[in-house]
Amino acid sequence: MTAAAHRAWAIAKKDVRIYCSRGPVIIFGVLFPTFLFVAFAWGRNVPADSLVPGLIGMALFFTASATTPAVLPFETRTRTLERLLTAPITIPMLIAGDVIAALLFGLLLSLIPIVISLAVVRAPLHHPLQLVGGVILSALCFAIMGSLFSAPATDNPASIMTLSNLVRLPLIFVSGVFMPVAKMGAWVRPIAYLSPLTYTTELMRNAFGGEAVISAGLCLGMLALFCIALWIITMAAHRASIHRRLFL
Amino acid sequence: MPGSEIAVAAEGLTRLYGEQMAVDHISFEVHRGEIFGFLGPNGAGKTTTQRMLTGVLPPSEGHAYVLDHDMVRDPLGAKEHIGVVPEAANPYLELSGWGNLMLFGELYGVPRRRRQERGEALLREFDLWERRHDRVRAYSKGMRQRLMLAIALVHEPEALFLDEPTSGLDVASRRLIHSIVRRLASEGAAVFYTTHNIEEANLLCDRVAIICRGRLAAVDSPEALKTAFADSQAVEVAFASPLDLEELPALPQVTRAEKQGDRLCLYTSSPGAVVAHVVDLARERDLEIIALSTLGPSLEEVFLRLTESGDEAS
Repeated sequence: MTAAAHRAWAIAKKDVRIYCSRGPVIIFGVLFPTFLFVAFAWGRNVPADSLVPGLIGMALFFTASATTPAVLPFETRTRTLERLLTAPITIPMLIAGDVIAALLFGLLLSLIPIVISLAVVRAPLHHPLQLVGGVILSALCFAIMGSLFSAPATDNPASIMTLSNLVRLPLIFVSGVFMPVAKMGAWVRPIAYLSPLTYTTELMRNAFGGEAVISAGLCLGMLALFCIALWIITMAAHRASIHRRLFL
Repeated sequence: MPGSEIAVAAEGLTRLYGEQMAVDHISFEVHRGEIFGFLGPNGAGKTTTQRMLTGVLPPSEGHAYVLDHDMVRDPLGAKEHIGVVPEAANPYLELSGWGNLMLFGELYGVPRRRRQERGEALLREFDLWERRHDRVRAYSKGMRQRLMLAIALVHEPEALFLDEPTSGLDVASRRLIHSIVRRLASEGAAVFYTTHNIEEANLLCDRVAIICRGRLAAVDSPEALKTAFADSQAVEVAFASPLDLEELPALPQVTRAEKQGDRLCLYTSSPGAVVAHVVDLARERDLEIIALSTLGPSLEEVFLRLTESGDEAS
């Protein structure tokens, strides 16, 4: 177990050094959500308890799910993957390394909106532990989700980023980022409950004393469930596709 | 896998791509201290075989063993003992040479102090020490390939798998890699050396296997393979006034004649008798012999005959 953790950590460090500053990661993980949120909030009198949970949720969602889709297509294109696969690592170790790097990237960049929310907007933080637990669990969940996006065997990072945005963009409109679940129409709510991002924004609303319809405990439980389910699906998807990458 | 001297073994190793048989039930062993050449034409199944032996690709049937570890059942245990230079693989271009070595040292579980010692020793040996902090992107092809070999050795493997390691390299890099491979074998490492360069296999390998259309056509030492094709010996002659094949009379015991540049190459199983006939011919026609030599069967000839017969059989 210790050896497996060391090897996953070595992969994570490599990913941080090589992939976190790549163009697609910065564009789709940082710039795009920033401009999207500014466009939403600029010039509108949105109260802090409504604005902050969505801001933190979206930052976590985009940053933590930005690096993992890029890693394997880049590794395939630059012909470094085969050498990696001959090392004593398993597919779970390889993906865990990618997920750890994405988790760290997401947590680090999400500190910016959190600090802005607390220090500049002065949003009232009622439950700090819910904020901390929610941020970590959400970042983990979105990092695994990003890894799932990278499962199709391709050596073209742009096609995977497009695929990931095809899923991520609709999700932000049904997950309580711009409109709290409490204010959603009855027909949208069942869709919202299928999105892990919903439980992040609801958890942030609980933490900042906003209007939440899902309890903090249920949000944490659902995020943990999403982590487990996404991990299982991600492993199966990568096991099915990783060998096809060798022939691209 | 019987016998502790056997480092690598393939037992009925088979790989199907859909309906297509890429590697067809091949079996062989590589011993400690041996350089085992794996030869074959393009598309014969060389790289697929190496990928199965190194645990990158699961076999459809059969087993690959590395130092008593089954590559399918115990891939981590097996991979810890092997160093690999895959065909057309790259080091990480955004990392430095040193960064690449440390990364792979860590992946193989080499303790920090030991991997730093190994890193320095290897980079010096491969003449990369002065450029260790440069990004690999700035390295030449030869430097990258030397770095790949250094990476393969960082954890002191007992078996080494090299897929076309000198392809496209300059003479100096090629010789450096050959000398290091020889030294590693003399120190007891088993070397599985995939190449399509027959001359390289002839110079370097203790034994060679020739694969054609996924099947092994032969496994033996280069000299034993040449002996088995004794009728491929030849007499090479050059006259001061070059002679065309049409002008050459039918000489006894010559099975085939070829014109190679300004020389005539006469294939035979009795080179001594053919030399005598050639000298008689020169006297008879008043031709000046400027070069005359006998050639043993070349590994290239053996390779061509084996792979051609493999093609005809299929």
